[in-house]
Amino acid sequence: MAMKNKERKKIIQAIPFMLPSLVGMVLFSLLPMVIAIALSFTDWSGLGKFSFSMVSRQFIGLENYKRLLSQGEFWSAVGHVMYFVALYLPISFFFSMMVALLLNSGKKLSGLYRILYYIPVLTSWVAASLIWKWVLSSQYGVFNSILSIFGIQGPDWLTNKYWAMPGIVLASVWKDMGFYGLYIFGGLRTIDTGYYEAAQIDGAGKWVTLTRITIPLLSPTLFYCLIMSLINAFQLFPQVQIMTEGGPNGATQVPVERIYTYAFSYFKMGYAAAFSWLLFLIILVLTMVQLKAQKAWVHYEA
Amino acid sequence: MALPIQWIPHHPTLQSYRKVFSLFPFGKAILNSLFVSITFTVITVLSSSMAAFAIAKIRFKGAGAFFRMYLMSMMIPTQITLIPLFIIMSRLNLTNTYTSVISPSIFSAFSIFLLVQNLRSLPDDFMEAAKIDGASLWTIYFRVIMPMEKPVLATLVVTTFMGAWNDYLWPLVMLSDKTKMTLTLALNTLNGQYGTEYNVLMAGCLISMVPIIVVYIIAQTQMKQGITAGGVKG
Repeated sequence: MAMKNKERKKIIQAIPFMLPSLVGMVLFSLLPMVIAIALSFTDWSGLGKFSFSMVSRQFIGLENYKRLLSQGEFWSAVGHVMYFVALYLPISFFFSMMVALLLNSGKKLSGLYRILYYIPVLTSWVAASLIWKWVLSSQYGVFNSILSIFGIQGPDWLTNKYWAMPGIVLASVWKDMGFYGLYIFGGLRTIDTGYYEAAQIDGAGKWVTLTRITIPLLSPTLFYCLIMSLINAFQLFPQVQIMTEGGPNGATQVPVERIYTYAFSYFKMGYAAAFSWLLFLIILVLTMVQLKAQKAWVHYEA
Repeated sequence: MALPIQWIPHHPTLQSYRKVFSLFPFGKAILNSLFVSITFTVITVLSSSMAAFAIAKIRFKGAGAFFRMYLMSMMIPTQITLIPLFIIMSRLNLTNTYTSVISPSIFSAFSIFLLVQNLRSLPDDFMEAAKIDGASLWTIYFRVIMPMEKPVLATLVVTTFMGAWNDYLWPLVMLSDKTKMTLTLALNTLNGQYGTEYNVLMAGCLISMVPIIVVYIIAQTQMKQGITAGGVKG
């Protein structure tokens, strides 16, 4: 009986501490989730009040999902984001790794480099997009001006339907490489230097050391980076909205940009909600696949 | 703008900075952003650390279940909650107010997770000692736990402040009044109106980056200090 009283006292004591976050969770996480499900089965325009009688009046079943899956636009938006991911992942991996190795080389200025590489991470996507709009501008741009030094005529990046997405990839790599670089750097520091000494004695070169020791031992870190960048890449939005607005000619239309446009420009809230669920499903499946596939290449030290 | 590019400008000038402030109530936007980000950060840190304290240190019955529920909510992506949150805010007549932009700060599953992990690694001895001295749980929370968590709280302050300062989508959906716009929205408006005046745009960008870099550098010194200094033996 005494124990029960003590437990009850603890719960009463805990209530005021838990209350703010609990109210927040119900209001801003749980309730939105319920609304999002209900909304995706309606053809609500966003005008007028959202209520449960509205949901039952404008209920159209799976119509939104059917329409999405049968229309080319959904698939092309998914296709564009897949293209982004296919370009972004290898380039981002390469540059993040370079940043990490540079920081790990223990040069005198590595403290300064650390802040320099982190500045893009700290910058808002709005500012970063504006900077890259200028860098990639065909007329005033720094990028093409550097290319021209080597005699290369650069493309009209953001206004050319073939080069717009690679342009967005460049900006995204620049913004993220400091983040992943610093994270990989943290992983590098946990590797036992004994491995490197042993490799040196065996006469392993730099490349062999990198591909046979560093990368396998780093694989849990790299795996985390892969999952994070996949999830983030599928939610690609501000850079697209500011740099190209989905253009030219729809070449950079991506899921979140479509969701935003459908909800707040075309006022098709139900359709947009269904879109967001399908996107969530894709991300979920991809993450699951990655979790399964990790067994093939991720080594956890015992 | 000069063509071809002059890598070292022949005539450096601060004209663009003056222009940014004359084109748009940019000073107001900076103040708006500061207000939103600071309030957002304070609320997140308080609410999350209170919850983490209850879960990890009061250890009431059911704490584990609540913790798991919070963790599960982390899986719900922002693009799904965006439209419902807009609906909730409109129903509460909160569109175009700072309350709507700031209020989601009250629940941050990630912050609670971070703090609970940290608190679990801290010894209970300080808390027990304070209890014997007759301190209330609130005193323990503010005077004992908070100071011990300082390095993690510093990390949390940076990430939360950065998220709020740089956030674009949520304020974009919520705020339409020009005088209420945050800095990211103001920058975007500049982009729409003066899209090719890169000197002005870059001046605006640089201004927007300064506060966050300052916060980052200050917080870094706090993060390094870390580790509960002294106090418990053996």
